[in-house]
Amino acid sequence: MKELEYPFDPALLLSQRKRLRRELTADGKKRIKKKIAILGGSTTNTFVKMFDLFLLDEGIECEFLESEYDRWWQDAVFGSEDLNAFAPDIVYIFTSWRNLERFFPQTGEKDGAAKHADECLAYFTKAWDALRERCHCVIIQNNTELPPYRLLGNRDCWDENGSTLFIGKMNLLFAQYAQTHGSFYINDLAYQAAAYGLEAWHDLQAWYMYKLAMKLEAYPSVAANAAHIVKSVFGKNKKAIALDLDNTLWGGVVGDDGVEGIQIGRETAASECFEEFQKYLKKLSKTGVMLTVASKNDRQNAIDGLNHPEGVLRPDDFIVIKANWDPKDRNIADTAHEMNIGTDAFVFVDDNPTERALVSRSVNGISVPELTTPETYIQTIDRSGFFEATEVTADDAGRNDMYKANAQRAQRQTEFTDYGEYLISLKMTAEIKPFNIIYIPRITQLTNKSNQFNLTTRRYTQQEIEQCSADKDTLTLYGKLTDIFGDNGVVAVVIAKKSGTNADIELWLMSCRVLKKDMEYAMLDTLVAHCIRQNVKTLTGYYCPTAKNAMVKELYCDFGFTKVSEDASGNTVWRLELDGYTKKNRYITVED
Amino acid sequence: MTENEIIPSLTKVFRNVFDDDTIVITRRTTADDIDDWDSLEHINLIAAVERRYRIRFTMKEVSSMKNVGEMIDIIAARAK
Repeated sequence: MKELEYPFDPALLLSQRKRLRRELTADGKKRIKKKIAILGGSTTNTFVKMFDLFLLDEGIECEFLESEYDRWWQDAVFGSEDLNAFAPDIVYIFTSWRNLERFFPQTGEKDGAAKHADECLAYFTKAWDALRERCHCVIIQNNTELPPYRLLGNRDCWDENGSTLFIGKMNLLFAQYAQTHGSFYINDLAYQAAAYGLEAWHDLQAWYMYKLAMKLEAYPSVAANAAHIVKSVFGKNKKAIALDLDNTLWGGVVGDDGVEGIQIGRETAASECFEEFQKYLKKLSKTGVMLTVASKNDRQNAIDGLNHPEGVLRPDDFIVIKANWDPKDRNIADTAHEMNIGTDAFVFVDDNPTERALVSRSVNGISVPELTTPETYIQTIDRSGFFEATEVTADDAGRNDMYKANAQRAQRQTEFTDYGEYLISLKMTAEIKPFNIIYIPRITQLTNKSNQFNLTTRRYTQQEIEQCSADKDTLTLYGKLTDIFGDNGVVAVVIAKKSGTNADIELWLMSCRVLKKDMEYAMLDTLVAHCIRQNVKTLTGYYCPTAKNAMVKELYCDFGFTKVSEDASGNTVWRLELDGYTKKNRYITVED
Repeated sequence: MTENEIIPSLTKVFRNVFDDDTIVITRRTTADDIDDWDSLEHINLIAAVERRYRIRFTMKEVSSMKNVGEMIDIIAARAK
């Protein structure tokens, strides 16, 4: 919804919330349903109302439970009937500097500061650990903004008893907990307050009268940031950017001005601005965001522009380059198809409002940020939170290389007339084993972002994956595929629960980058081998249809399972007798 | 500003906040007259009025306001 896109108008969101909510819920979009408990150290209902809007806009419909005013710690540590019955998917601890104030060191106190920090950390850790233990859910915790006054003036930031120093220390300690615990994320209130401006952020009247931790108008941006975390956790991040070239990646029009005429580099203010934007995109690609080009240009001009000596991005940095005179909506749809991802995983970046309007109207689910002047491109993309990185795995850093290797594979395929011979030429090897601690973040990430080759589309938190891995009645497998063009990383995940001599396959997924390689057969072979070893005689498979997973509707049929039942909404159940099973994988050498 | 100038614009603020185009306000209107006027919406309403007229109510004013009439008087005295 336009009103909720950066830069949104907080006053409008607050005063017309009811209308916006009405319009959002009437748009007929299918939304996932989640439950979020808000444990607040201040009044949180304004926050929740804004949070609700941003989440609805991301396709997430939430039920909320708010703790009573200032009961957050008791509810977290001791639980409450309401909270236990609620069974939240996420618990969000919404604290502010007010909730840390009682731990502040006193002026003149000797050696007290470290003790205060320890006490404060122990207080919070107790809440986090108790929640992890009891709710097994994702935790979001605010870090802490700077306070509205400084007793020691500037000395506050370096005196061991200074309050601003203390808050900095606590933010570091919170960060360390996040680094060492999965499914624990920090909403960076410190950054948001700074971006908003502390002077405007702190509203003491709102605290005295309503126990609001910050100015009313600051809540929408806090809620937007928290919503970025939530949609990322539930696999709704964007994955790729489709970029225009002329006046987007460089100043001027390469077809008219020639390569030497475009603005990029350090020569002028304008060229430096485009250079920094290219640098930003290059760094973004290192976090796993995939870059593509959608430009109206002759291909050679586009490539020449990208090879400008002062440029930062090179043709190699893009997975797909579409530079032609076809309409951009068609080019983007083709790019998405070639990369095997949905168009809704794309952000379209173009300085031209006409192109933006066309793409926004005709490409399903794509995000099209409103760009104004080039010097604001970075801020607009950054604040929109398209690529909120709740998990960063080694796989993300190498993603661009992997997709490029895929392009090489596609090229090689054209050299063969027989598909089997092509597969043999890839010399594929797979590692298929029970979950292993080093792959747990990647496995969790896959369960949350795979949509197409995913039989049940069950999402898991890192803690749940750890539990599956530790449970002796759960069979787990990850599959890693390597060929002559490189390592694809972990691309397949299976989770099956044993009961008696049957095992229920509650999760079966595979990354679309390894489609039609026999990898699913290799996974089944290994799963069956593990089952037989553990005296399991039948496998039960489930297919739950979603808008995106039609490609695996008949997977179990293809595997040789027999359909046992089908309900009105198309959910199917399948069974396979393992006796007499014959191996199905023909092309992959498996290490297990 | 005069009361006659204020009432139409203030009505619009009320209709936005409560998402109800049938709301009609008078000097005697109080929270009891509007279904959704709870403590949460009260915070929102006060903030929306402050933004509309570019004024800031003091804590004392907010706590002692008894009906829409008193709100109008403060706006009339302070808004330019």
